[in-house]
Amino acid sequence: MKGLSKDRLWSIAVLTPSIILIAVFVYGFIARSVYVSMTDWGNDPAQALALNPIIRFTGFANYQDLFTGFLQGRFRQELVSTIFFTLFFILGCLGLGLGLALILDRNPRGEGLWRTIFLFPMSLSFIVTGTIWRWMLQPQGGLNQAPTLFGAPPSTFAWLSSTDAIWKFDWNKLPLLTASVVGLVLVVMAVRAARSGDRTRTLVAGACAALLFLWALLIGPNIKMLPAPELHGFNFALIGIIIAAVWQMSGYTMALYLAGLRGIPEELREAAKVDGANDIGMYQHVIFPLLAPITLSAMIVLGHISLKIFDLVYAMAGPDNINTSVPALNMYLTSFRQNQFALGAAIGTILLILVAFVIVPYLSSQFRTEEGHA
Amino acid sequence: MTANAPVTTPAATAAPRRPIKPGRVVMYALLVLAALFFLVPVYLLVATALKSPDAINLSTTWHWPAALNWASFSDAWSKIGGNVLNSLFLAVTATLFSALLGSLNGYALSKWKFRGANTLFALMLFGMFIPYQAVLIPLFQFIKSLGLYGSIWGLILAHVVYGIPITTLIFRNFYADVPDALIEAATIDGAGFWQIYGRVIFPISIPGFVVVIIWQFTQVWNEFLFAATLTNTTSQPVTYALSQLAGGQAVSWNLPMAGAILAALPTLLVYILLGRYFVRGLLAGSVKG
Repeated sequence: MKGLSKDRLWSIAVLTPSIILIAVFVYGFIARSVYVSMTDWGNDPAQALALNPIIRFTGFANYQDLFTGFLQGRFRQELVSTIFFTLFFILGCLGLGLGLALILDRNPRGEGLWRTIFLFPMSLSFIVTGTIWRWMLQPQGGLNQAPTLFGAPPSTFAWLSSTDAIWKFDWNKLPLLTASVVGLVLVVMAVRAARSGDRTRTLVAGACAALLFLWALLIGPNIKMLPAPELHGFNFALIGIIIAAVWQMSGYTMALYLAGLRGIPEELREAAKVDGANDIGMYQHVIFPLLAPITLSAMIVLGHISLKIFDLVYAMAGPDNINTSVPALNMYLTSFRQNQFALGAAIGTILLILVAFVIVPYLSSQFRTEEGHA
Repeated sequence: MTANAPVTTPAATAAPRRPIKPGRVVMYALLVLAALFFLVPVYLLVATALKSPDAINLSTTWHWPAALNWASFSDAWSKIGGNVLNSLFLAVTATLFSALLGSLNGYALSKWKFRGANTLFALMLFGMFIPYQAVLIPLFQFIKSLGLYGSIWGLILAHVVYGIPITTLIFRNFYADVPDALIEAATIDGAGFWQIYGRVIFPISIPGFVVVIIWQFTQVWNEFLFAATLTNTTSQPVTYALSQLAGGQAVSWNLPMAGAILAALPTLLVYILLGRYFVRGLLAGSVKG
């Protein structure tokens, strides 16, 4: 049998240690985390560090606590913050990265030097970036003093300490909002499926959307997760951290886009010119559509980085600044400062679910197409 | 993959002495503006690190120091020098193990494909994207139960294991460009799995190793979460030490700035000297490739 030659056995033997390590360190540990998140380990501080702690299974109590518990308002703000952070961080990196790549694609002099300048922050750690930007964003110094160089009065923006927020919404409305957003996405999916003539898909997506909207109309408004309204929104204190994160990571999108632009064959541009396309038309109809897959990869890589970012926040605003905190930071503090391991594991699991939403469809589509080619 | 495929198209071939168009002026203005955004933090970093503590005050943040105070660096070194050395040992050791494992995995996965290899690989890759917060508590317990808590070796283990996906990915893509005919020819000559690796694959792997080593070195050097949870005071890497140095309120700012430069220099040097390979690792990280 071809599949069992000695060489094949060797190749499997070579892979085995890695497979075992990944199975244990990734999947085993995830399972263990999920289990820990469903216990009460550490909820009683006396038990947390005991040699043989008494651990009881409590089901989803920790999750319920995080989403509705009186003391966990910080976590709910962090969830909202991390979504806003991800949104603006991705937009910033894509915008700046694409802009820089388009300029560099026009072959300016000293291109290598420009590229080096735009990419060097990538090689730094978030802790270094955070340390530098923390100094730049001191309330009375740094950026706020910059206008004085031109004789203007210093600016007074409270970079990392602002308590102002916009786009606030009541946490009680979260199920309603989620249902509406998911419903809308399903409607879009249904319409697209209908256009491509896929009937079962249209029906399934349409029915799901209808169910969700029905729920949002009839039951959603009456759900009260908290006794009183609790407002969360986009905190201005996050702006500084978003700028620093864009500073660090926009070079990455630039590199991706530049590689993409360089991969577009010259003949295609020539052909567009022959067809009478001007510069704008060529970008709109030829170049940007070809860059779409790159945008998707960049969004996915940046998105997963942003959902789990916490060292930058730790270094810039400190661990105890609720206005800038994110779930990834809270997980570390909850588990390793307060020794509330079960609660920390629950936060970690929620983060994993958020990241999996982004990554799993991507990986599976990537490897399904490859499997098809193989 | 040819090792020296130029990423740039030389601008020098463009017609010389062409009239200056307004479009070009705008382009250079935008480039300078963007460069300022990226370089101003560096200016402030160096200027502050070179100031003496009493010359640092918020209203003169932007001024270049009147007298250069190099003592900040020796002060910072006395505080975090040991951690820099920890990081060096950690990054070098973890990187070497990662690169070797990745090379063997990549070879096995791309040249000895078996059914389900792609699925297996996708399952492996998932480990690259997970938030480490989701495995941190069991990892902490595991390292502790091995008796490795507080030693660099626990940290090395973690970095090698969680580095498997990316190093395997880079090598797998690298070996995918090695023609299968080469392997078949070697098989016909009677070479087996290890002979092919030793005589054919490994000798042409140098560019792959360079990419993986640079990439892993940078990642391990810059990592913070494992550094903060798996080590104690004597074994802490520089990222954690820097965060402690910069986090205190009473410290004057020249010290964390000098510390930041010390913590940034190794990876920065790697990037400046070997930037092309760094970018290649970066692009490989976006899965496509």
